[in-house]
Amino acid sequence: MIKGLFKKTKYVTTSVPSQEKAPTPNIPDGMWVKCNSCEQIIYKKDIEENNRLCPNCGFHFRMSAKERIKLIVDEGTFIELDKDLTTLNPLDFPQYEEKIRQQEEKSGIKEAVITGTGRIYGEEAVIAVMDSFFLMGSMGSVVGEKITRAVEEATERRLPLIIFCASGGARMQEGIFSLMQMAKTAGAIARHDEAGLLYISVLTDPTTGGVTASFAMLADIIVAEPGALIGFAGSRVIEQTIKQKLPEGFQRAEFLLEHGFIDMIIRRQDLKKSLGKLLCLHKEVK
Amino acid sequence: MSEVNQNLEQLENKLQALKEFSASHGVDLNKEIKAIEEKIHELKIEAYRNLSPWDKVNLARHSERPTSLDYIDEIFEDFIEFHGDRNFRDDPAIIGGLARIEGKVVTVIGHQKGRNIKENIKRNFGMPHPEGYRKALRLMKQAEKFKRPVICFIDTPGAFCGIGAEERGQGEAIAINLMEMSRLKTPVISIVIGEGGSGGALALGVADKIYMLENSIYSILSPEGFAAILWKDGSRAKEAAQIMKITSEDLKNFEIIDDIIKEPLGGAHKDINEVSKRIKEIIIKDLKELGNLELDQLLNRRYMKFRKMGKYQNN
Ligand SMILES: [Zn+2]
Repeated sequence: MIKGLFKKTKYVTTSVPSQEKAPTPNIPDGMWVKCNSCEQIIYKKDIEENNRLCPNCGFHFRMSAKERIKLIVDEGTFIELDKDLTTLNPLDFPQYEEKIRQQEEKSGIKEAVITGTGRIYGEEAVIAVMDSFFLMGSMGSVVGEKITRAVEEATERRLPLIIFCASGGARMQEGIFSLMQMAKTAGAIARHDEAGLLYISVLTDPTTGGVTASFAMLADIIVAEPGALIGFAGSRVIEQTIKQKLPEGFQRAEFLLEHGFIDMIIRRQDLKKSLGKLLCLHKEVK
Repeated sequence: MSEVNQNLEQLENKLQALKEFSASHGVDLNKEIKAIEEKIHELKIEAYRNLSPWDKVNLARHSERPTSLDYIDEIFEDFIEFHGDRNFRDDPAIIGGLARIEGKVVTVIGHQKGRNIKENIKRNFGMPHPEGYRKALRLMKQAEKFKRPVICFIDTPGAFCGIGAEERGQGEAIAINLMEMSRLKTPVISIVIGEGGSGGALALGVADKIYMLENSIYSILSPEGFAAILWKDGSRAKEAAQIMKITSEDLKNFEIIDDIIKEPLGGAHKDINEVSKRIKEIIIKDLKELGNLELDQLLNRRYMKFRKMGKYQNN
């Protein structure tokens, strides 16, 4: 991270680069991306080496579950739970199995959440990390079950719980079973809460639908990454319902902070430290 | 189904004509009339048995379909409605209060649709805002304090999608209800009477016993919303209804609900007295059963009920 700060990379400053100006004449496609925020063209590797933050403006790009674990959990301490739970097709939904297989190949993980135990600055916690690159991080039976098992593990072992949310909501292809995962996970969190244990949820881009309306919003401390989209209904649905344009910044982390629904916004480069501190402040006095 | 309906209409016209002829000419046609009446009944049963999921969606949304307040009127005595979430406003899309059933005092809560356009505008078509869910939760906590069971009627297309709803935390309001209902220290019975649309329905649905009226639906999203998300085409709702598995029969097979409450031929609006009687019997039976459980037992059973929902492979 320190190294990144001193790197003097030059970026093209036009928002719509012309063919001549494009800095990629001899480099294959897919090595450059345009920042969603400052619109500059950025070398992909620079983003990857910078925790998927824009080196120019600090925009938070989406991060896979594996990258997130690497960023947050002390090296070598993560022990994955339930990694062999896999998806079924309870509604016999057309092409669902194929879709899951494609997502597996594309993302290198078996479902949209990775759960396990690990340490953050030495403090042990149960950690669940959703992955928006797997079918938009949608919650079906496997995601609901893995989250529930992780919460139960935390309750049983009297450990704090941290869930990194990243989800488009409930998974349509599993219908009513997906809906019921909301009640299931909320029930498990109620028991963790009864036990007097700490739950922190970290809302990352995007956290919407059935995940917002269940475990994401049930934490003792709710933090969000800057600019993350957080809400219940999708903006397209709202626009269609009320037939008007949505205000600038609607459903972004800053909007939720202003309306009193999250505790704080933490930049990704400060996240591990902040979480470590929160865990430390909640240490059980034995 | 339309063919059966046509035949039905023809037979009903014929029956009417025969009855009029019999009356005006003083001819005894009882035998013929009876035969046609029997045929009509048979056809009705056939039509009813073959309802498609989309037919059921339409029945569940039928403008004459009885609403929560209609059933409360029929089933309970002394209903007293309470208002407001003590925070923002009273949401008319959810109603709730105290009532008596066989002498026992209970808390009753339900989504409330309007019975005509004017009422529907006031009720927001049964689509609650966060304050509606917070009112429901307030009444549930009140029930817990006074050791009253809670009866919920579910009938909503879904939680409302709008700017105010988001500003006031629609997701948070639903989430809190799910968590608090899962540990509410009093029996809870939920009955889907029309549309059970998404998280907005589930927020009154974390119960010890869950029922659906025969022609109600319970789904992750409206068929229109489902089609819009998956195929970017809301007009394919009929097709979506077919594959979503949202009927009472589907949910009974999936063991999501405890049982189906039968409706009369043609739907609940054809005989609300009969449907209310059936609902009332079930509530009375369940209140006895649930009332006999120790609190720990009750809460464990509720936890396990939802705990086992979901289909996955454990390799
Ligand atoms: Zn940027």
